[in-house]
Amino acid sequence: MLIKSPRRHQLSEQQTTPESVYISRRRVLTGLGAGIGSLLLAGNTRALDLFGSDAAQAAPRKPLTFNPHKPAPDLVLTPQAKVISHNNFYEFGTGKTDPAENAQRLRTEPWTLTVEGEVEKPGTVDVWKLMGEIGLEERIYRMRCVEAWSMNIPWVGFELGKFLKRFAPTSRAKYVAFETLYDPEQMPGQRNRYVGGGVDYPYVEGLRTDEALHPLAILSVGLYGKTLPPQNGAPIRLVVPWKYGFKGIKSIVKIRLVEKMPPTSWNKLAPQEYGFYANVNPEVDHPRWSQASERFIGPGGLFAVKRQPTLPFNGYGEEVAGLYRNMNLRKYY
Amino acid sequence: MAGSWKKPVASGLQVAVHIGALLPLLWLYVAITDGRLGGDPVKELIHYLGMGAIRLLLLTLLVSPLAKAVHVGQLNRLRRPLGLWCFVWVTLHFAAWLVLDLGLDWSLIGAELVKRTYILLGFSAWLVLLMLAVTSIPALLKKMGRNWKKLHGLLYLVVILACWHFWWSVKSGWIEPAVYTAVALALLAWRHQAVARWARSFR
Repeated sequence: MLIKSPRRHQLSEQQTTPESVYISRRRVLTGLGAGIGSLLLAGNTRALDLFGSDAAQAAPRKPLTFNPHKPAPDLVLTPQAKVISHNNFYEFGTGKTDPAENAQRLRTEPWTLTVEGEVEKPGTVDVWKLMGEIGLEERIYRMRCVEAWSMNIPWVGFELGKFLKRFAPTSRAKYVAFETLYDPEQMPGQRNRYVGGGVDYPYVEGLRTDEALHPLAILSVGLYGKTLPPQNGAPIRLVVPWKYGFKGIKSIVKIRLVEKMPPTSWNKLAPQEYGFYANVNPEVDHPRWSQASERFIGPGGLFAVKRQPTLPFNGYGEEVAGLYRNMNLRKYY
Repeated sequence: MAGSWKKPVASGLQVAVHIGALLPLLWLYVAITDGRLGGDPVKELIHYLGMGAIRLLLLTLLVSPLAKAVHVGQLNRLRRPLGLWCFVWVTLHFAAWLVLDLGLDWSLIGAELVKRTYILLGFSAWLVLLMLAVTSIPALLKKMGRNWKKLHGLLYLVVILACWHFWWSVKSGWIEPAVYTAVALALLAWRHQAVARWARSFR
């Protein structure tokens, strides 16, 4: 079901380093890093401190059975290591590597998801049981972050719309509101405003019902063939590929169908920067940077990072532009 | 006499400044070539250089209060190397933004400079630092006389611009920029008489 073949994602030749060289380099670096840290840059090395000497044990991930997606031959995926180490999940800290470091002990089993509100058949599902029953499929989507970077990610999941229809939404269901787990004991960002970036928790998101019912919107339970790591929103998260990444609420516990537009976390924090719709739009800048282009995070290193033009609706316009006919997308950003 | 030990201590600290400012750059070089800057290395690099630059700036401004407090005038010799290293870090920060983030797309660079006030603030700070760095040549110091002091007083302005640039550039949370701004204001408040004298020199 993909979707525009990315134009400028040519695979760059990856530098390969013999393991022995790599390991000895690591040793030198660790020594060097320790010395420098105390000198001038103490506290700033957090994001760079990837030596892993005391990195948390990664939470185990289970293989999933799913209908695979055959990508276009020239499609370049973002390496899994980058997808699972570069995350925004402020419940576990605002640094890009904080979630991978702090989320590993999140208890994702058991996990229930409640669907309520304007539905005829409200209910609660056991997410892990659901994963076994529902037909899972792979969807390779481009994820465009509002911070102007993008990744190509092979999600595993199912259509949100098909799932919602099980609960028989009523005609009053105009919007769908989502909520992340609220558990300050497990989530340091919910205990401490500084760690959590000042967000008012629990994290909430929302879609219009017609957006939620669109076949491109999915609930994801995995990536790269296995269940989601906690930092990517285990065990179940939203993926709406034509919107900025922050709409993809993680670790969902509640979905509520409602009549009025629900509040959304980033919109509450900075309404002039993050609207409710958050459709990827190269013509509407973020107040502090242009959205016309993006840095694609692919397999290469620093000097392989290329800017590529951002496409309207992240390249999914053909499928979704109709949802916004007659809407001023500068006003409803 | 006490003076006998102060000179070697000051030169030792000067060496430490050079090592302290250079080693993280060497480390950065290794980290880059080794692909250890995480998923979005460009952003990490820019932030790393920017944070280092603002720390060097505050350290530069810390020298004279410190020299006064411990009665070691020799320490003032640390100001030039610290200031010049600050300029180097800011230049690398700026260059990384130009080359790696915006890919030397001049029309985009021009548009961003005009549109984003925080980028304009940072750019202005860099321009002033460029002037200060160029006029750090000892021969020029003598030649410029009182004007040298006038010009180098602009560092007070640079620290304000830098904090402002930092404050406006963060996505959420204000504590970190607030801490740096508080330190900067404390350093300026401590020398308020010197700042006032400098401001009067323009009349």
